[in-house]
Amino acid sequence: MEIIKIESLSKYYGKARGVTDLSFSVDQGEFFGFIGPNGAGKSTTIRVLLGLIHGSYDKVEIFGKDIATHQQEILADVGFMSSEGMFYNGMKVKDIIRLSADLRKKDCSVEAKRLCDVLQLDTSRKIEELSLGNRKKVSIVCAMQHRPSLYIFDEPTSGLDPLIQHEFFTLLKERNKEGATVFLSSHILSEIQRYCDKAAIIREGKIVAYDNVEKLTKTKVRRITLIGNVDIESLAGVSQVKRLNGSMTFFYEGEIKNLLRVLEKADLKDLMINEPDLEEVFMHYYKKEGEIL
Amino acid sequence: MTIYLHELKRNKVSLMIWTTVIVLFVLMIVIIYPDMKKEMESLNELFSSMGGFSAAFSMDRLNLGVLLDFYSIEAGTVLCLGGAFYASMIGISSLAKEEKDHTADFILSHPVNRQKVIIEKFLAIMTLIILMNVVVVVTTVLTIMVIGETLDWKIFYLLHASYLLLQMEVGAICFGISAFLRRDSIGIGLGLATTLYFFNMVANITEKAEVLKYFTPFAYTEGADIITTGTLDIKYSLIWLTISLVFLVGGYIKYRSKDIL
Repeated sequence: MEIIKIESLSKYYGKARGVTDLSFSVDQGEFFGFIGPNGAGKSTTIRVLLGLIHGSYDKVEIFGKDIATHQQEILADVGFMSSEGMFYNGMKVKDIIRLSADLRKKDCSVEAKRLCDVLQLDTSRKIEELSLGNRKKVSIVCAMQHRPSLYIFDEPTSGLDPLIQHEFFTLLKERNKEGATVFLSSHILSEIQRYCDKAAIIREGKIVAYDNVEKLTKTKVRRITLIGNVDIESLAGVSQVKRLNGSMTFFYEGEIKNLLRVLEKADLKDLMINEPDLEEVFMHYYKKEGEIL
Repeated sequence: MTIYLHELKRNKVSLMIWTTVIVLFVLMIVIIYPDMKKEMESLNELFSSMGGFSAAFSMDRLNLGVLLDFYSIEAGTVLCLGGAFYASMIGISSLAKEEKDHTADFILSHPVNRQKVIIEKFLAIMTLIILMNVVVVVTTVLTIMVIGETLDWKIFYLLHASYLLLQMEVGAICFGISAFLRRDSIGIGLGLATTLYFFNMVANITEKAEVLKYFTPFAYTEGADIITTGTLDIKYSLIWLTISLVFLVGGYIKYRSKDIL
């Protein structure tokens, strides 16, 4: 079952582009990564999903229901964590967590206490006394205490220390194993590669790559590292050439036999051909204009 | 009623501060009255003959030696202007501040519909204004009794009803405007309240500017009119009740479909 389904979503802020003709879906139980730098359209997509902003689209559904007509019903089973973690100054952490539960008309006190213990969150402190990391912990508790079926997290780990990041992903993986779907927006590619099953890369408001994380990293593109002197100027499909102390690294996307033909003429001391990691795939899509999988 | 109670809690401190300041001003005016009364007879002539200044505060039509007249000028100014400032501040901040502080994301990502948010927030603002006025009236009545004075209580309550109506209307107008703003604009609220107040002052000074009375809800809070006629000017009250409703409905419609950025 498709938990999130977006077809031809466009959103403009006046003349400024938010997202353009965006389409993708997230299946039940998936751990989905949504990758892109600031301004690519990640938050716009999330805000449309939550009904905070309104775009034009053929279909935007969560749990098979239209977000415009079933917003309350949908949000009752969604846990959202914003990138900023902003709350009301003057309120204590425990009051914010209780307010969130009250807005859902649920008593989540037992689960909230467990989450606060795991995340080492002091609930007696006031919001204005908290660092970004601690505000993010409050967001995590508010998003998870009611045990929803869908988690939407917008850059959740910025500001969290590595130990708490680990605890956070352990909690998310637990929920994911129990059947919950996770939609994780991030520009930290290592966490997408480590935790997500499927991912979409968004660039200037458009999806440029959308597949299983494993498949995304298994593209035709290869990272070539060699020691020696090679003339690759005549070779088509070369990008991001870096030279350092007699070694050379570049990406190659083309026929291997053409590459080998060039290499056999060269004075080579060593050669490595690897699959790029997700970060390199991401950079590849961002540097190559108009490239779509 | 979660949002309603949350709004009341959030505004608790500012309500206490504004109520305390206004109560202290009003009590000070009531307490100094017995001493002022002795000298008022001689000062009355002076106060009523200062031309435009006297007219601006209706001192040419009232007897400052009478508690109710004195109260309507002195306490009326504090309650009208101070109360309108308070109402405009909480009204204009209500929706816009949530967007500025990004707390709207928090509230609206929960299963609450926007109609409910706007209604509960508005009811909270009206409750805060009513609470402030109840405290002011109760403490003033008790103080008047303690100092051994008496007055026409019907007119006293009518004056306070006009101040309350004014504050609720200014609060409602600013609340409606708030739905169109993305930034907390207390300056707009205070500026609006001040402008409306000065319209009334100018309308009082010269008959040529009397038309301005239609452009300010302060017109029907005029102590001299209420005391001399014994009623509230329904004409001005209805005009501003309608204007408030227009702003309120406009804000409601806007907020229902507004992009929360």
